Amino acid sequence: MNRHSPAKTYRRKLDLKHGRVDMSHGAGGRAMADLITGIFRAAFANEWLDQGNDQASFPTPAGGRMVMTTDGYVVSPLFFPGGDIGSLAVHGTINDVAMAGARPLYLSASFIIEEGFPFSDLKRIADSMGRAAAEAGVPVVTGDTKVVERGKADGVFIATAGIGTVPDGIVLSGDRAVPGDVVLISGSLGDHGVAIMSCRANLEFETAILSDSAALHDLVAAMIAAAGPHLRLLRDPTRGGLAATLNELAHQSGVGFRIDEDAIPVKPQVAAACELLGLDPLFVANEGKLVAVVAPEGADALLAAMRAHGLGREAAVIGSVVEDDQRFVQMTTSFGGGRIVDWLSGEQLPRIC
Amino acid sequence: MKYVNEYRDGALARDIAAAIAAEVRPDRTYAFMEFCGGHTHAISRYGVEDLLPANLRMIHGPGCPVCVLPVGRIDDAILLARRPGVTLCTYADLMRVPASKSASLLKAKADGADIRMIYSPLDAVRIAEAEPDRQVVFFAIGFETTTPPTAVALKTAEAKGLTNFSVFCNHVLTPVAMRAILDTPPAQGEPPIAIEGFVGPAHVSTIIGMEPYREFAENDRKPVVIAGFEPLDVMQAILMLVRQVNEQRSEVENQYIRAVTQAGNATAQAICEEYFEIRENFEWRGLGVLAASALKLRDKYARFDAEQRFAVTTVHADDNPACECGSILRGQKKPAECKLFGTVCTPETPMGSCMVSSEGACAAHWAYGRFREHQARSATSLLPVS
Repeated sequence: MNRHSPAKTYRRKLDLKHGRVDMSHGAGGRAMADLITGIFRAAFANEWLDQGNDQASFPTPAGGRMVMTTDGYVVSPLFFPGGDIGSLAVHGTINDVAMAGARPLYLSASFIIEEGFPFSDLKRIADSMGRAAAEAGVPVVTGDTKVVERGKADGVFIATAGIGTVPDGIVLSGDRAVPGDVVLISGSLGDHGVAIMSCRANLEFETAILSDSAALHDLVAAMIAAAGPHLRLLRDPTRGGLAATLNELAHQSGVGFRIDEDAIPVKPQVAAACELLGLDPLFVANEGKLVAVVAPEGADALLAAMRAHGLGREAAVIGSVVEDDQRFVQMTTSFGGGRIVDWLSGEQLPRIC
Repeated sequence: MKYVNEYRDGALARDIAAAIAAEVRPDRTYAFMEFCGGHTHAISRYGVEDLLPANLRMIHGPGCPVCVLPVGRIDDAILLARRPGVTLCTYADLMRVPASKSASLLKAKADGADIRMIYSPLDAVRIAEAEPDRQVVFFAIGFETTTPPTAVALKTAEAKGLTNFSVFCNHVLTPVAMRAILDTPPAQGEPPIAIEGFVGPAHVSTIIGMEPYREFAENDRKPVVIAGFEPLDVMQAILMLVRQVNEQRSEVENQYIRAVTQAGNATAQAICEEYFEIRENFEWRGLGVLAASALKLRDKYARFDAEQRFAVTTVHADDNPACECGSILRGQKKPAECKLFGTVCTPETPMGSCMVSSEGACAAHWAYGRFREHQARSATSLLPVS
């Protein structure tokens, strides 16, 4: 939380005596931020955790900087159009390392498996994970296996951790956006969330949409090569979508954002599915997209480099960083009016990653 | 998206905005209420306010079913869900609504109650069929639009001979609430009701047709223009209202001709008539107890009535006394004029009905429009100090 964060004024403390965790505490919105602040940050308190990014960046005794991250995967269903829990567990963690501008080196994987889970499914997941790791060039070098009684988990949960090294001179962090900076997105929004929804029980609908799940470290390397120190920060808009990401960044950097709805790429099929389900693509999760904030003098080169890469072909400038002591993310709608893009209240789609 | 994007066209919006600006008389103000949360949402989501002249004000009405549901009924639902053997099926937007003693369905679920989020009342019927050992209760809420699907669920459960399915009925009636808004006298010190006309309900009118609004146009001299939920629909309806006011007409007009007919949907009306009857009294959050404003199951379907099966007795629960929802719903105050707005009352921790769902006046203003106050304030503070 930043100094004058207005978020503070309307936060209520966790009821540590009688309160219980409910689904909103895992939804990536304010309730989760409250849980982290009230319990985990309080317990772990240290300068690296306080960086408030999806990964920690620290100097190594031997010199140079490293980053480390960990992420749990509980997606339901385990297999979905365009991926599965295994490939997701590799891509998601590689991306969290890459968002610090780091080159991901090694992964670990921990499996919590429910009694009765079919070997065939487990093999399918492990094989997919192995393939994803091999394609990304980031091997899974250690792991752990636990089995719990039937009903104590849901098939399989996976936790992966990743480490990587940061090139000299590159410092990317969520608190580095300054007014005047340019905001870019690497491609269309909402594909992952909609792909998951399309195969949920009670909701099956036919769509050609595939999850965008992908490892972004190679795109990041190309972006760093093109924009170098002009690049201020990167973040992948997963849970809570672009809206949650921009709001987090606004608070971390102490700025506002102004974005243009017409500039934000959304596939027509995703827009249609969101319309049907009453969702807003700005809040729907992505697993293969990133938001970049860059100093204006590096914006053109960055956009060109992104578009030249397979995972950034649809990259677009979507807005800019502005001065705003209220930390608002404001949007000019396609209709011509103005509005805020706020954090999501409560959960929109549980267990999408 | 074909047949949707056409109604969100920015260029057309500017044309209608220009027409509205040209036709409003500069020597007076205009105030219209959009009754439905769907319209409130469209106005906020697309920033329609920015396209309207400064002397035209939209008042956000109570047409949000989650918002008007009184706290006592959420308490009832939580009690039902906590009963052993009961599975409560609900639409997701009810999960976070605060009940008494800061309880909610979400917290009851975390506490072990069997509460399932569904997308259609027929999902609840399917659960009842698949799990004959559970007593499945469907938490039915909504205006005339959502009543027919509940009736279809009852009909389906009846046809399947299910004995473990029931409905906790909270269906309410739109015209009664519109009447209440016009007839409630202002509180002491408040100016008289400002509403000069209504943007009439979209989906509700597809069911009930145009006739029920005639009394407002003819007896109260308040024009009603039924409008679709897309932003261009709302803009066009506002233009039609401005014209009626300027020409001193007060009629029920239909902007939403692609879906609404004079008589409404006779099939839907008939199935509702079969299963439901008027309830003597029902409490509306923000509006108080209104006679003949809601529906209950007919006696011959008492076996499907959760209130009878589980002997539900609703206890009234008060809102925070500082909450201004009542005045906001009647158009006498704006959300930002409430002391609780944005301090203790936010979408995460709603204190009053208007903050509960994204269609409520306060929640829509909070989530989409609150930058306007800050803009206005900083514009003032930037004025040269001389």
